[in-house]
Amino acid sequence: MSMTDVVIAGIGQTSVGEHWDVSLRSLAVKVILATIQDAGGLRPQALYVGNMYSTNLSRQAHLGTLLADFAGLRFDDKEPVAGIEAETIEAGGASGGAALRQGYMAVASGYVDVALVVGVEKFTDMVGPDVEAAIATATDSDFEATQGLTTTAQAALLARRYMHEFHTPVNALAGFPLTAHANAAGNKNAMFRKPISLEAYQKAEPVSDPLNMFDVAPNADGAAALLLTRRELLPADFPQPLVRIAASASASDTLGLHSRLDPLWFAAAQVSVEQVLRKAGMKREQVDLFEYHDVYSIYAALCLEAAGFAPAGQGWKLAADGSIALTGQIPCATLGGSKARGNPGGATGVYQAVEAAAQLQGRAGPNQIPNAKLALIQCLGGPASTAVTHLLERME
Amino acid sequence: MEIPRHWRLKQQRYGLVGEVCPHCDFKIFPPRDVCPNCGEEAKTTFAFSGKGEVFSYTTIYEAPTGFDESAPYTVALVKLDEGPLVTAQLTDLGSQPVEIGMPVEMVTRRLRQDGDERGMLIYGYKFRPRL
Repeated sequence: MSMTDVVIAGIGQTSVGEHWDVSLRSLAVKVILATIQDAGGLRPQALYVGNMYSTNLSRQAHLGTLLADFAGLRFDDKEPVAGIEAETIEAGGASGGAALRQGYMAVASGYVDVALVVGVEKFTDMVGPDVEAAIATATDSDFEATQGLTTTAQAALLARRYMHEFHTPVNALAGFPLTAHANAAGNKNAMFRKPISLEAYQKAEPVSDPLNMFDVAPNADGAAALLLTRRELLPADFPQPLVRIAASASASDTLGLHSRLDPLWFAAAQVSVEQVLRKAGMKREQVDLFEYHDVYSIYAALCLEAAGFAPAGQGWKLAADGSIALTGQIPCATLGGSKARGNPGGATGVYQAVEAAAQLQGRAGPNQIPNAKLALIQCLGGPASTAVTHLLERME
Repeated sequence: MEIPRHWRLKQQRYGLVGEVCPHCDFKIFPPRDVCPNCGEEAKTTFAFSGKGEVFSYTTIYEAPTGFDESAPYTVALVKLDEGPLVTAQLTDLGSQPVEIGMPVEMVTRRLRQDGDERGMLIYGYKFRPRL
């Protein structure tokens, strides 16, 4: 099979936060129009939407078609007038990455010339215990949610066991939120733009022990988008530095955490990282930045270990010793991650791709990683029950 | 109302009935008909003893609908004596602190209420310190 380069022709994002006055569809339409403009007016023939909760939180299924409809995405050469192909891709917290992968495969295969990938989540359409119930639908409904388990408690179970098995210090995970908040200060779209101190972390309210409020990313509204096309379809004078999707992979694990033979090892995360490196012919050491999945601080540690940046039980040390800082050996959450940019649920994977593209294009502002060439991005559904991983590369 | 779904799970909820693989003897809970160990078909039912120990635990303060009146409550991964982990609440703790490795046993308790005060009460397994 001959593969042609799939490149990012445009990016867009809304700020992440509590958009009480904006609807699910308006949030998405806003970012769709901004992204098409960023790509110089390039029109998509297919829309892939990453979203996990609109059915539960906004009582809205059939989201792909709704967004194509309200954004006016039509075929420009069809009679009578018809909207473009539009679908929603749901894979829990990995929905955004899964939508990106759909867009990548559609364009790489030649079936679609220009694909629009949108990640959107609207948490604030509902308040109270119904929100926790909606989020818990991403766990095993019959054997986890039915016991009153929440996704946060699931992460806490892992964190407690991790600290027990690897004899970590009490504040082992503090470095993840500290790094995230320090980085979000330089991201105008981030929800929390203030650094936090170790003292603030130590004093924070427990959420599900041993996790405190700084170990848990805040659920928030947001929408991000990318336009993908093949390199040869872009005009020769395309103004942005070209970034290609060098590789894409997805893997799954047991949905129920209790069904893992080793709950402390994110096998799907490991496999998907190894797949993208192999497909792209790259080595881990060539990666300039890693946008990992830090909805819970313990997941960031386990992602670093699964990706091979640290041995089992040692991932937390890369946060504690500054290795994941902007100036460190492997910068992570470079624009704040889910912890401080905010956690837009099923849109997360698209935010990661937009942020990584900005880094590779030299558009990351005060958080720019100098001369960044290769970015690894990974989003998870649950405790790596789904792991979708991409490698993005700046082209010379 | 979700009566069929809860009715269908009654063997698991009240009896901790899972499966044993006829090919490799792996004990399976929840039942899934395909052995996660060897990949062969595994439909032989197996009732677990209900004895196990705490593998990990935490407390939930912000609970989902149906559980919010019980919050805060403790959930655990319990490692059953026969092998598998199961997700369940801990109950009857009194003032006893929970620890990893603590021996526990299955009891039947009310899990949640489905709907308003006229809604169905859902019972199932929880685990308490072993008597």
